[in-house]
Formats: sequence, structure tokens, C-alpha cells
Amino acid sequence: MKHIVKILSLLVAISAFWIGLLQATIIPRSHTWLLPIYFVVSFGCYGLLMVGVGLMQFPTCPQEAVLLQKDITEAKEFFKHKGVDVGSD
Amino acid sequence: MADEKENIGEKKYKYSIIIPTYNERLNIAIIVYLIFNHLRDVDFEIIVVDDGSPDGTQDIVKQLQQLYGEDRILLRARAKKLGLGTAYIHGLKYATGDFVVIMDADLSHHPKYLPSFIKKQLETDASIVTGTRYVKDGGVHGWNLMRKLTSRGANVLAQTLLWPGVSDLTGSFRLYKKLVLEDVISSCVSKGYVFQMEMIVRASRKGYQIEEVPITFVDRVFGTSKLGGSEIVEYLKGLVYLLLTT
Repeated sequence: MKHIVKILSLLVAISAFWIGLLQATIIPRSHTWLLPIYFVVSFGCYGLLMVGVGLMQFPTCPQEAVLLQKDITEAKEFFKHKGVDVGSD
Repeated sequence: MADEKENIGEKKYKYSIIIPTYNERLNIAIIVYLIFNHLRDVDFEIIVVDDGSPDGTQDIVKQLQQLYGEDRILLRARAKKLGLGTAYIHGLKYATGDFVVIMDADLSHHPKYLPSFIKKQLETDASIVTGTRYVKDGGVHGWNLMRKLTSRGANVLAQTLLWPGVSDLTGSFRLYKKLVLEDVISSCVSKGYVFQMEMIVRASRKGYQIEEVPITFVDRVFGTSKLGGSEIVEYLKGLVYLLLTT
């Protein structure tokens, strides 16, 4: 099944649930009409939250740059000894 | 007595490492040196797909072939810059390994992670092992706040729309079973980093088992604006394309 079909089915299911709520009047109609808006806004806020949290926790590795420089120097030395001219960066 | 043969690779499997290059004269030598350092007991070959670099990359590769052996380093060049996807396809034609590793030539992907890719694959029998920069033991160096923000935003959007099952969609440091790579690459049509996304998403849709290992990514190309407005538009178009066609 294509992914888009899965997503559309999910949206259809949610819509059906919402229409069901509208018919059944468990929640007052006025509230039910606003539910999709609440849903979209919450969804958007959750997305923004995920971006913010991920940004704060973004893994960094400054020590890797140092290690890489060491590796580069080591490799250049090796090639110098072997007579391979690698030129300069 | 515990099984003594816990060496990675055990010389049972062969690994083909495909490295597309364009003007990577110095970096290709360093990468080759590091690969040989970190894969001492592994049967592997390095396939350099150079797109007619004017800086002498191919000359360096030929010297490396003299040093390490023409059976360990294959130079399969092309006449001009033809793109990453076709570079992999080209390299694949000459790969004789059971597994294929793809990695970048600019030292953002460090060969020291190759053993962890191999180990993960042997442990899980995964079809694909992909490196992820976005987990605790991984990481990125050299990105400013704006770059990290766009990366994170792009990732959240892609996760929401595509449910890909991997944390790093645009990464290009991966190990594939050779047959799996051949299967997936034949159905991909995108270019650039959307290509990398398409590969992993299509593989996921086809039901291939995908595992992740943490990698660190050192971006040494400081100052170049790799994420302009047009890149963002391309990315969004790519997302929609993947949403509708996978």
C-alpha cells in the first residue's frame, strides 16, 4: 500500500470520528466544530516543540575535528615517507 | 572456549567501498590511508569513481594503486561530472563484494566507523546499515545555529510526512547488501540529497531491514552557503514527491 494511502486513511478515520461526535452530541456542538482547529494547532505546536527540543539537544562533536586533524597529519607523514606527493590542502 | 574468530569480516565476506570523487586530490589519499588502517582484517576493495577531476585526483589514485595494489583500489573514472546516483550505479558495475559501502570523499565520513557498520550488519543481518548523525553518540561539527535549525526542521517535517523509520534521512554513509543496493537504486530517480532520502525511504517501503549506527560528521566546508532558498524548495519538492510516490 502506498504511504499516501495510509495517511489519507488515517485522516478519513479521524474525520469520521469527528463527524460521529457531531452527530452524537456527547460534547456540545459548538465545541465539536472547533475540534479540528484545536487539533491542527496542537499538532503544529507539537512539531515546533520537536524542532526546538531537537535543536537544543543537537549532538555536537568538537573533539572530532581535532582528531581528524591528527589523522590528516599522520596520513600526510605516511605518504611523504612513501614518496606519494599528495600536495597541500 | 569462546569463538576465537570474532574479527570483523573474518575474511568470509568482501566489502566494496564506493567513493565518488570530484577534486579530492588530498582527501582521497587520506581516506584510503584511514580505511586501510581501520579495516586491517577485512577483505575489501575501494572503488573510486572520479568524474574527470582537473586537480589530479586520478593521478593520486594511480599512485595509491601502486602502493596498495590494483586489486584493492579500483579506479573507474568517468569523463565529466555526472552526478552521485549514476556514480554509485557506475561503481556498482565493478563491485565484487558481498556488501557495498557508500561514503563521501571529503572526510566528513570517517573510516573509523566502518568496523561498527560491519559489526552491526553481522549482528542483525540487516539489509542496510545507515549512519546517523542525530543520536547521542553521533554528532555534527562545523554547523552554525541556522544550519542546525534547518536540519532539525527538515528532519521533523520528513519524519511527520514519511514515517521513514530512520533518524537521519539525508545521510550518505551507508552499508548495503549488494543485491539490495542494486534493487533499490534501480527504482530511484531523484538527484542530490533527495536521492539519499529516496533510497532509504524506498528501501523501507520494500520491507528491507534497516539498522542505524551513530557517526560523527565533521563539515570542513566552512562558509559556503549550502542551504540557500533554492535548496529548501528542492527539498520540499522532494518531500512531496516521496510522499506521493513511495
